[in-house]
Amino acid sequence: MRLFLHELAAQQRLYWRSREAAFFTFVMPLVFLVLIGSVYGSSEVDGIRGSTYLLAGLLGYSVIATAFAGLAITLVVRRESGVLKRVRGTPLPTTTFLAAVIGSTLVVIALGALAQLLVGRFVVDAGWPSRPGELAVALLVGAACFAALGLAITGLIRSAEGSSALVNAIYLPLVFISGVFFSVDSLPGFLQAVAEISPLTYLLRLVRECVVAGGEGLGGALEAIAALAGWGLAGLVVAVRMFRWEPREA
Amino acid sequence: MEHAIEIRGLRKSYGRREVLHGLDLNVPAGEVFALLGPNGAGKTTTVEILEGYRERDGGEARVLGVDPGRATSDFRARIGIVLQSSAVYPTLSVGELLELFAGYYPSPREPGEVVRLVGLEEKRDARVRTLSGGQLRRLDLGLALVGDPELVFLDEPTTGFDPAARRRAWETIRGLRALGKTILLTTHYMEEAQALADRLAILRDGRIVATGSPRDLLDGHTTVEIRYRSGVEEVVLETEEPTRVLHELTADALAAGRELDSLQVRRRTLEDLYLELTRDGE
Repeated sequence: MRLFLHELAAQQRLYWRSREAAFFTFVMPLVFLVLIGSVYGSSEVDGIRGSTYLLAGLLGYSVIATAFAGLAITLVVRRESGVLKRVRGTPLPTTTFLAAVIGSTLVVIALGALAQLLVGRFVVDAGWPSRPGELAVALLVGAACFAALGLAITGLIRSAEGSSALVNAIYLPLVFISGVFFSVDSLPGFLQAVAEISPLTYLLRLVRECVVAGGEGLGGALEAIAALAGWGLAGLVVAVRMFRWEPREA
Repeated sequence: MEHAIEIRGLRKSYGRREVLHGLDLNVPAGEVFALLGPNGAGKTTTVEILEGYRERDGGEARVLGVDPGRATSDFRARIGIVLQSSAVYPTLSVGELLELFAGYYPSPREPGEVVRLVGLEEKRDARVRTLSGGQLRRLDLGLALVGDPELVFLDEPTTGFDPAARRRAWETIRGLRALGKTILLTTHYMEEAQALADRLAILRDGRIVATGSPRDLLDGHTTVEIRYRSGVEEVVLETEEPTRVLHELTADALAAGRELDSLQVRRRTLEDLYLELTRDGE
């Protein structure tokens, strides 16, 4: 536990010093919330006040941006530069190291969610989430799923240069079709079909049940939890088989 | 004597290419042992098997009494590693990194003391990304020492150093030896092995071609090199009977009334031996 906290503190310091990661995962959702919230905040999306819809969408966006994209890019860059190899040569157990890296993304997600809730309530009039406790669980489930997928994808990336290109090519389109900014129903049919398998779609359904007034909470989206668990397990299986501590041999 | 490292018949292949063909090696505790050889001879592969990074394909290996193929945290707490090429978090400062790594070990050295030991006092608050190549190498050494290990692996620790920096690194390594640490060092530089090593092994194409103390290695090779200039040509003779050859040479020159210009008689150095043993093409 002492080792875990020691490493967690270091990972937090590293995160906040990496301005690019901190901008894309922490600052950008707040910027979107204020800018887009001021465009359609007071109109209705899917029968929900626009700003509330957007708040729930951006809570989900933070999870995929931090636990999937940020985690995968950070780990690939560290692997390719040799940092992971060096860490593995110390007595720090690899499980403790990975737990601290993932724990650090959870801290970022929690702080980001808190900031978004405050801006949502006081700047764009999105109200407080109807079920805050269940919202925390929903975000945790989503973070676990996307962290597993993030670890899995590092095994498929061969270079530090390729990491942000590939990761962004996967998660940015998902953000647009999974219902972060607007309803999935407004998409053309083939994109709706893709949205139907996107894990982010399910995370957002789950989150909206916990944010929107009259939402049914976790119990109202059990199929979403099942879908996230399925994706998470698939990610875990690939991660266990493919995760590497060193660059591939030339 | 207690051995810090024991290797018997060590084999390793990458795909179908075997790169280590059965190495045998003992390194007694408290000794500085140098592994020499050209690029591709298998030095780094050997060291990384002993550090627990790579699996061996055959043979036995014991490092501090432990099988490095099953490296645990306890094992890693007893060794220090300088990799041939490595990296650390570029956004942390030198002091922060040493504190971070010190926290990984059960009984670390004081990070401030390590900063002094590797001569980075003035860079303590500097971010890693602002360090020069030589400073990074010294930080690597500091990170290898901060856990107060019994055995230190140094894979080409001074490659790319200027001569003054190399001498300073040697002093640090001698200091470690004085503390009773065992050191396994790889290097391209015969001069470095000669300056530091109690014993050394020369590796070529995955085989040990010579091993012993620097003195032992030369005692087995008594060849003497005689050089002089004859007109514009340089004549080089190698002989095991320098007295006779030199006598004939000087007698002939005297009889002919010639001078042996730029005459040199030189015992072969370890460098000559190394070059001969690792020369390409059989």
